[in-house]
Amino acid sequence: MENESLNLPNYNIPEDMRDVVAVTTLDRLYNWGRRSSLWPLTFGLACCAIEMIAAQMARYDMARFGMEVMRPTPRQADMILISGTVTKKMLPAIIRLYNQMPEPKYVVAMGACASGGGPFKEGYNVVAGIDKFLPVDVYIPGCPPTPQALIAGLIKLQEKIDKQSLKKARWYQKGKEDPNYVPMPILGPDLIDVRRSEEFKKAAAVKEGA
Amino acid sequence: MATAIETQTVDLAARFPGKVSAESRPGYSGFVVEKESLLEVAKAVRDEFGYDLLAALTGVDYIEQNKMEVVYHLHKTTGGPKLIFRTQADRVDPIEIPSVTPIWAGAEYQEREAYDLLGIRFTGHPDLRRILMWEGFEGHPLRKDWKEAFYEEEIKPYKSRWPEGKHTYAEFKNPFRDNLKFPPNFDPEKYEPEGEKDLYSSLERFSIKSEGGLKTDHVVVNLGPHHPSTHGVLRVAVTLEGETVMGLKPVMGYLHRNHEKIGERNTFLQIMPYTDRLDYFNSMSNNFGYAVTIERLMNIPVAERAEYIRVIMAELSRIQNHLVFIGMLINDLGSMFTPAFYAFEERELILDIFEAVAGSRMMCNYFRFGGVARDVPEEQMQKIKDLVFDRLPFKIDEMERLLNQNEVLVGRLKGIHVLNAEDAVHYSVTGPVLRAAGVPYDLRRADPYSIYDRFDFDVALRHNGDMYDNYLIRFDEMRQSLRILEQALKQIPGGPINSQKPNYQVKVPAGEAYGRVEAPKGELGYYVVSTGKQNPYRYHVRPPSFVNLTALEKMCVGKKIQDFVALLAMLDIVMGELDR
Amino acid sequence: MYGLGILKGLSVTWKRFWDTYIDDISWALTGKKRYRTEEGIKHRSSKNTRGIFTVQYPEERLITPEEFRFVPFLVYEEKDGKKEPRCTACGICSKVCPPQCIWIVRSSDPVTGKPVSTPAEFYIDMDICMNCGFCAEYCPFDAIKMDHDIDIASYGRSVYNLEKLLKPVSYYAEIRPLNYNAEEEERRAKEAAKAARTAAPATPAA
Repeated sequence: MENESLNLPNYNIPEDMRDVVAVTTLDRLYNWGRRSSLWPLTFGLACCAIEMIAAQMARYDMARFGMEVMRPTPRQADMILISGTVTKKMLPAIIRLYNQMPEPKYVVAMGACASGGGPFKEGYNVVAGIDKFLPVDVYIPGCPPTPQALIAGLIKLQEKIDKQSLKKARWYQKGKEDPNYVPMPILGPDLIDVRRSEEFKKAAAVKEGA
Repeated sequence: MATAIETQTVDLAARFPGKVSAESRPGYSGFVVEKESLLEVAKAVRDEFGYDLLAALTGVDYIEQNKMEVVYHLHKTTGGPKLIFRTQADRVDPIEIPSVTPIWAGAEYQEREAYDLLGIRFTGHPDLRRILMWEGFEGHPLRKDWKEAFYEEEIKPYKSRWPEGKHTYAEFKNPFRDNLKFPPNFDPEKYEPEGEKDLYSSLERFSIKSEGGLKTDHVVVNLGPHHPSTHGVLRVAVTLEGETVMGLKPVMGYLHRNHEKIGERNTFLQIMPYTDRLDYFNSMSNNFGYAVTIERLMNIPVAERAEYIRVIMAELSRIQNHLVFIGMLINDLGSMFTPAFYAFEERELILDIFEAVAGSRMMCNYFRFGGVARDVPEEQMQKIKDLVFDRLPFKIDEMERLLNQNEVLVGRLKGIHVLNAEDAVHYSVTGPVLRAAGVPYDLRRADPYSIYDRFDFDVALRHNGDMYDNYLIRFDEMRQSLRILEQALKQIPGGPINSQKPNYQVKVPAGEAYGRVEAPKGELGYYVVSTGKQNPYRYHVRPPSFVNLTALEKMCVGKKIQDFVALLAMLDIVMGELDR
Repeated sequence: MYGLGILKGLSVTWKRFWDTYIDDISWALTGKKRYRTEEGIKHRSSKNTRGIFTVQYPEERLITPEEFRFVPFLVYEEKDGKKEPRCTACGICSKVCPPQCIWIVRSSDPVTGKPVSTPAEFYIDMDICMNCGFCAEYCPFDAIKMDHDIDIASYGRSVYNLEKLLKPVSYYAEIRPLNYNAEEEERRAKEAAKAARTAAPATPAA
C-alpha cells in the first residue's frame, strides 16, 4: 500500500512487500481512516456556500478527499462547514446542529464572516465570528475563499487530525462532562449568551440604580 | 454638476387638490399625499393612470424634521416612466400610515419590512409582524437614533483606524450593553423569550379549512432554516393536511446582514463591494444597478466602451445564473448532481472570465461610477467570444436535450403552480416569473437603461404561467442574452473605460434616485437619498427575490407539499438578496 | 412513446462519459499530457474542453490570472539589507476600506515627535477583509497590493501585522508582471519629466 500518511516513516518494508503491507501504529491507522472520509454536513449559510458547492462539483471534486458525501443530518456528519455569515437569528439553529453531531466532530470556519464577522461584522444581526460559540478547528480567510482555498483549508484540517492521538481524544475520556456542549443562546431583546448571564444581570442592576 | 431631477409625467396635485401637494427638494420633485386620503389616491393611480405594478415601497426616517416618510415607486407593466409619491407621518410612536395591500398585494412584505426596521405601523395590513428580525427584538434598527450593540462611529471612515490605529476587536472595545435596552430587572436565566406565537397564530389564521371529506388533523411542519432544498437559510412554516398545504408562512431574516444600515454608514464608493454580496450569483448585475443609480444622481456620462463591457458582463452573469438555476431546480426535484454538474461546468468557464477581468470569481466589485474598474484584456475578450460563439449555444442545446422531454420532469412541472398574469402583477412579481405568466415586462425594453436600446433582442415570453413555462423561459432568456452578447461583442469600441478620474472621494450632490436594472431574478432597484455628504442618508435595496416571494403563499395554499420545494427553486430566490 | 425523453437525456450523459476517454486517448496519441501539465490545465479551462475537467488541487492548480485578488499585502523594497516598506502611512487605504479592517499607526520622530511618513504598526484583520481590492486600487504609492496566495488557512484568527504583511517587490513583480511593468514605466516617465522640469529653468537663464 503506497500511502505516505499511513506507513510509518523510516520503517523499511521489504521491496516485494511494499505495495501489499503497511506497517503503522494504531493511532496512524485510526487517523488515516478518519481523515480520509470526512463527511460534511449539508449546511450552507451564504455566499461561501456557493463556493462550497462549486468545490463539490466536477472541477474541484472534493470526492478526491473522501469529502463528497454531504450528510443532510447532523447525526451522520463529521464536520460542519460554517460557510457564511452567522446571524444572531440563525445562531441557535447552528448550535443545535452542532450539539447533535456525534464525536469526533470538527468545525471549519469558512470565509471571513464565519471566522471573525467579516465585512458585516458591524451589523446588528451579525455574530462576530462563530468561534465565540463553537470551538473552531480551522479558519479559512477569504471573501469568499475560492474552492481551491477551501480545499487547502480542509487539507489543514486533515493535518490536524493526523496529529491527534487515541489516548488523548476527548471523546474517549470517561466520566468527563462533554466540554464541547454549547448552551443555547436566547433570542431576547438582543442575542443573549447564557454563559454570560452574570454580566447581563450586573448591567441590568447598574441601569436600575441609575 | 446639477442632478437630473426625476421627472413626473402625471400631475397628481392637480387631480387631487387638497389631498396631494406638489413639493420639491434639492434634486427631487414629487408629490406628498395626505395619509388620510392615501388609499383613495392609490386606487386612482392604479385604475385611472394605469400604474399597476408597485415596484418599491420603503420608509425614510427624517429625524430632524421629525417626520417618517413612506415612498412609493410605481410602474406600468406596459412600460414608460415611473410615478413616485410619498406620504408622511409625525415621528411619534405609534407612527401610523394606511396599508396599500388592498390595492397592490405586492406591498405586503415590503410594508412588513418597513414596520420591522423603521417601526411604521401600517393600518389595515393583514399580517403585520416582524419579518427580518425575531419577535421580541428591541427597537427598529434603521431609525437614525438606533445604535448597534458594537456601534463604533457614526460614519466611515472611522477615525480610530488612522493615524493611531491599534488593532482592537470592536466587540471588546464597546461594551454592548450601553446601546441595548433591556426590560427592568432583566435576568437572562428567568427570561422567557417571546418565542414564535405571532407566527403560529398568523399561520393558524391564514390556513384554509378543508371542505367535506374526512376530518383529519392539521400538522405544522417547519421546513428550514437548515434544509437542503430551501436554497440557503429560508424557513417556511407549513400547515399540512395529509399532503395538502393548508397554510404557509415563510420566515426569513436568517441571513439578514444589515446591508442597509451598513450602507448608510458607508461612503458611496464603499457600498459597491457590499452590493456584490446581495445576490451572490450575480455580482455584476448588482454592481450594474448600483452604478446606474449613483450615476443618475451624479448626472455623469458613462464611457462608451465601459457601457459595452457592462452589458457583456451582465449578460454573461445572467447566463450562468440561469444555468445554475436549472441545475438546482432539477436537484430539488430529486435528480441529484448530473444537471447541476453540467451547469457548474459552464459556470466555471464564465467565472474564469470574471476572475481574470474583475479579480474575483464571485465578488467582482467591477463597476465604478462612470465606467468599470479595468479594461478587458484582448486575451479575455477572445475567451468571451469563444464561449459566446462556440460553446454556450451548444451547451444550452445540450442541456435542453438532456432535460426538456424527460417525462418525469415534465410530469412534475407541467400545469403545476400556475400563476396567472393578473395575480403576478398584483403581487409585484417581476423577472422571468412574470414573463412566464404572459406579461412582456422586461426592463431592458420597458425602461431601457445603459445601452440596451441599441440591441436587437426579443423579450422572452411564455403564456401558461406554470412551472414548466417558468423552466423553459430560462432557456429562452439565455438565448436572448447570447443574441445581445453577439451584437455587443461585434460592436464594442475601443477607448477609455471610465469617464471619470479614479477617485475614492466621490462627490454626490443632494437628491434622490431610484435606479433599477433587470437582474436575472427580476427587477433590482436601488433607492438612494443623498444629502450631499459623503455617505447616503437612506439606502434601500429592492431585491427581486424578496418581493417575488410575496406570491408564494398565494401559489402554494391548497396544493401539494412536494411541489412546494420545486416552486421555491422556481422563484429562484437567493438568500443574500432576500434577507440582505 | 413514453420514456423517449429519458433515453434522449441518457444519450447526452452517455456521450459525456466517453468524451473524457476520447480526449485522454487523443492527447496520449499526440504525446501530450492532459493532467498535471500547464498545457493540460489551459485546455481544460478553454472552450474546447470535453468530458471531466477536474483540476487536481493540490497537485495541479488552476492558472491564476494576473488580476486575481485574495488578501492584501504590503510591498517592501530591499535597501542595504533592510526592509523598507513603500507605505508612507498616508491612511488612504484605511479610509477607503469598506469594512474598515485596516489599522495603521503612523510613526513619529523620536526626537521632535513629528509624524514621519512610515508606518510604525500596520494591521489587517483578515477575518474582516472582504477582498474588494480598493486598498490596492487607490493606493497612490503602489505600496499595498492584492496577493495570489490562497493557502493561508490557519488554526487561529488571522490578524496580520506589519511583519506578516510585508513581501518583497520581486514577489509582486512575479505575481503581477504586467501591472508591475506598467507602474515602473509610469514612474520612470514621471522621473524623466521631473528631471526635464528641473533642467528646463536653467536653459532660459543661460
